[in-house]
Amino acid sequence: MTAVIEFHGVTRRDGDVVRLDALDLRVSEGEVLALLGHNGAGKTTTMKLILGLLSPSEGSISVLGGAPDGAHAETLRRRLGYLPENVSFYEQLSGREVLEFFARLKRVDRRQVGQLLEQVGLGAAAERRVKTYSKGMRQRLGLAQALLGEPRLLLLDEPTTGLDPAATRDFYETVRSLRERGCTVLLSSHVLPGVEPYIDRALILGGGRRLALGSLETLRAEAALPMTIRARGRLEGDDWQRPWNDTRIQARPLNGHEVSLSVPADAKLAVLRHLSTHPGVEDIELLPPTLEHLYTHFSAGLAPAQGEAR
Amino acid sequence: MNAILTLAGKEFRDGMRNRWVLAITLVLALLAVGIAWFGAAASGGLGFTSLATTLVSLATLAVFLIPLIALLLAYDAVVGEQEAGTLLLLLTYPVSRTSLLLGKFLGHGLILGSATALGFGIAGVVIAVGAEGVALGELAAGMGLLIASSVLLGWVFIAFAYLISVWVSEKARAAGLALVVWFLFVLVFDLGLLALLVSVKQGGDWLPWLLLLNPTELFRLINLAGFEAARSYTGLTSIAEGGAFRPTVLLPLLTAWVLVPLGLALLRFRHRSA
Repeated sequence: MTAVIEFHGVTRRDGDVVRLDALDLRVSEGEVLALLGHNGAGKTTTMKLILGLLSPSEGSISVLGGAPDGAHAETLRRRLGYLPENVSFYEQLSGREVLEFFARLKRVDRRQVGQLLEQVGLGAAAERRVKTYSKGMRQRLGLAQALLGEPRLLLLDEPTTGLDPAATRDFYETVRSLRERGCTVLLSSHVLPGVEPYIDRALILGGGRRLALGSLETLRAEAALPMTIRARGRLEGDDWQRPWNDTRIQARPLNGHEVSLSVPADAKLAVLRHLSTHPGVEDIELLPPTLEHLYTHFSAGLAPAQGEAR
Repeated sequence: MNAILTLAGKEFRDGMRNRWVLAITLVLALLAVGIAWFGAAASGGLGFTSLATTLVSLATLAVFLIPLIALLLAYDAVVGEQEAGTLLLLLTYPVSRTSLLLGKFLGHGLILGSATALGFGIAGVVIAVGAEGVALGELAAGMGLLIASSVLLGWVFIAFAYLISVWVSEKARAAGLALVVWFLFVLVFDLGLLALLVSVKQGGDWLPWLLLLNPTELFRLINLAGFEAARSYTGLTSIAEGGAFRPTVLLPLLTAWVLVPLGLALLRFRHRSA
């Protein structure tokens, strides 16, 4: 697989503040990478470096085969789409006019404008001025704008803020269909739930440093977080717990007839075997650690940053 | 080139839509017609007096108004988009920063140029139709020079506005600086020069050359010094009755006053962080 983005020891400093500290990263074609981190962790800085809006203080960056802040920038920018955090547009123009303006700048066929407006669900509001748009509609227009010209690389900064759950799902479905077409997607987020099925790998940043990078399985193995098993049924007393006799396993009653167990990964099968043979158990639910748990685990101990890098 | 035209087109359409073009045209046309019509009010009469008087008055009006309009029109060109958040997105498009600024300049220049030509043009037509005994050829030449030099003057101050706009990081500060620039060039410079003129007793041959340091003085020279009859009305300008101060020399000089601040703005913009 060819690399779309390559970072080699990239450091970015603004005065005394280190926004990004010696980051190494390689993103392959057709990959969906989530960029996770607190405010000020370096997510936006990373995106701006990829876009060539910022230049690295140290190290080198290659995006689609060239440095994004040099002569390569113009060709590169025709093949990438960017949705900034808190996207804003020309308020006095209509949605269609905004998109047509950007389409001309990107030298994209104007027919795409209508299609994209339909695709993001703004077909009916296309002639209205952006001034009258809600936050969610602006976000959809921002997405449409990023999709102009069928980009090879998409950078989406907090794409789902302001979207309702249905629109969020639609959005992630769009990301999935883009990936199937071979488009590489980078999305940054601190809103985590629901993103897991759509990403290949996650990069967790904190204070400008790489805290973890890998697929969910890799991260789970690395973190070795216990998983949660919920058992429902008639579970009175402590007898049913006796068989495994492991202090790492902690039981917590949820209500009269349900128990939540925190179980290390290697003890999972033993616990399940015992529970399934116990006559009182009616139902068992398995909950592996979510991305949110992993994120909390990897970013634990980091002081909250002083503010978002803009 | 394509991107420049796209940006210029958007800027111009914005100018039409938020009625900048209409407002500037109306203000200039109304004031110019008023000046032409009440030109004799000072001597107790009503109606058109002479072409020279009218043109001098119009030029004086333009010196005050055109720079102010240009600065107001363009001071937020870059910093305004930055505050609104639209600049960030624009910079990720395949448009160089030079093209971006040039496109905007073309758009703003077109707004001011068309409105000025239209406004003063309307006044010229009204004079030609309404006033008696006006030599039409002379009127056309005078108005033509006035319009051309006004447009150039406007572009000078759009370029100044851009220089301010790429230099500061807050819109409010840009607005303040724009007013300072207007004060300096339109009011303070004249007073300073006057003070200098009074205090220098002998050997003040170099004084007229100081006029070249201010684009509004260049504009005045272009419009006033060309007229024999206008000389009697001119204060400061009368010190510059030399052969070098002809419109053929002065117009290129005024053009240079457009290019220098615009070039500086381009340089600064290319090294500004996003």
